[in-house]
Amino acid sequence: MSKVTIKELNLFYGKFQALHNINLPILKNEITAFIGPSGCGKSTLIKSLNRMNDLVEGCTISGEVKMDDENIYAKECNINLLRKRVGMVFQQPNPFPMSIYDNIAYGPRTHGIKNKQIVDELVEKSLRKAAIWEEVKDDLKKNALSLSGGQQQRICIARALAVDPEVLLMDEPTSALDPISTAKIEELVIGLKKDYTLVIVTHNMQQASRISDKTAFFLNGKIIEYDETRKIFTNPKKQETEDYISGRFG
Amino acid sequence: MKIKKLDSFMQGVFLISALISVMAIILIGIFVFGGGIPFIAEYGLSNFLLGEKWTPSNTPAAFGILPMIIGSVTVTLGAIVIGVPVGVLTAVFMAEFCPTKLYKVLKPAVNLMAAIPSIVYGFFALQLIVPFMRRLFGGTGMNMLTVILLLGIMILPTIIGMSESAIRAVPKSYYSGSLALGASHERSIMKVSLPAAKSGVLSSVILGIGRAIGETMAVVLVAGNQPRIPDSLTQGVRTLTTNIVLEMSYATGQHREALIATAVVLFGFILVINGIFLLIKRKEAIR
Repeated sequence: MSKVTIKELNLFYGKFQALHNINLPILKNEITAFIGPSGCGKSTLIKSLNRMNDLVEGCTISGEVKMDDENIYAKECNINLLRKRVGMVFQQPNPFPMSIYDNIAYGPRTHGIKNKQIVDELVEKSLRKAAIWEEVKDDLKKNALSLSGGQQQRICIARALAVDPEVLLMDEPTSALDPISTAKIEELVIGLKKDYTLVIVTHNMQQASRISDKTAFFLNGKIIEYDETRKIFTNPKKQETEDYISGRFG
Repeated sequence: MKIKKLDSFMQGVFLISALISVMAIILIGIFVFGGGIPFIAEYGLSNFLLGEKWTPSNTPAAFGILPMIIGSVTVTLGAIVIGVPVGVLTAVFMAEFCPTKLYKVLKPAVNLMAAIPSIVYGFFALQLIVPFMRRLFGGTGMNMLTVILLLGIMILPTIIGMSESAIRAVPKSYYSGSLALGASHERSIMKVSLPAAKSGVLSSVILGIGRAIGETMAVVLVAGNQPRIPDSLTQGVRTLTTNIVLEMSYATGQHREALIATAVVLFGFILVINGIFLLIKRKEAIR
């Protein structure tokens, strides 16, 4: 079942067209990977799923992105509520300069949860889901910036999960991390798909083939090919896809 | 060979330039402490600091500066109470909410505020705040509240300028991280960006304190200048700085030394304030 449906989406930065006529389903409880060379539009597309592109000056959009049956670009759409439903993890781990506890509690508090006991429970639950509870449970008061890069990124995942999103967007979440931290996060991401719908942008094709169910290959702002990950990596239909995944360019 | 000579010559020039400012500070220290400490030793530190009477022309003369210490500390705290919220919120507005067109007016205006000579501020207070206070509380209108309002305005450019750059220096990724959780623009700034800038904001407050406690010319015009311990904010006040400027021109002998000793106390305050400022900076650097 499709959780998010992208229909005839065109996106411009000023006069430059960054996305051309994108049509794509994001299936529920699956991991969809976006791959492609730098500047191909994959990060742009992921950012249009929670409207973070609104921050970019001169960014205009035509077409539709439907979440369940709601067009998120409709005038009446509540952007803050949308971003609560569609969480995001960034390329560079960006925990807030406050304690681990406050980092995780920030989202729930933003959405009106004040009861300390409920917040406590949410913090623990989120940290457990992000597979970092055991490492930090004894010093929740510690500044999150004092953690290692891999731990920070899992804190960011926990922070995103704490507001109970339906979709989780990850924009190259492991590109700033070492291989061991990367492996931990990949394992974690696979575990998350039973509860969430995930979209991951990655430069690492092994990563896409290891963890994703569906893969979309981007080139110059267009989706060249979208299919089951296994098919994309073993038997691509398009020449460009084959060239890219076999490392001939990009 | 030639280049090497030029190099060492220029190095000398830089060194001398650096030494001039260091020398100036050392000379000031020697002059102030050298002139003031003997008096304090003779008159007694506690008599001087805790004495409630300042009557230099009586016989025997009394040189207690407690009224002025209380005056300086009170008006400075008052200025902080007024200047910090206004200044910090203005900085937040300028860094995060201000439309570009308005910013182009606001920023130069704040910079201009910093450049206005303090006597002009004093004149402004004399024309505007003093009559206002007179109508409000009666009397001369020259009281602590007048000084507090005036100093609160005068420290604004320091606080706004430094706080604004501190807020601008906060990584944008904190802000976008907060937005991505569904927080509003306002909440993201007040709960994430501003707290992240807190050491810069605190530094601006410390410098504001330094500015307020050291201000003289504007204060002397509107403070009333009575050397007694005020028991309400609507009474006149004399600060450490104005005490010196009011009497230095005719003071001789022990009276003159007592004024220099007042400068020692002021210097002590400034040293403590700068020490705190450095501590904050160092803590920030370690982090």
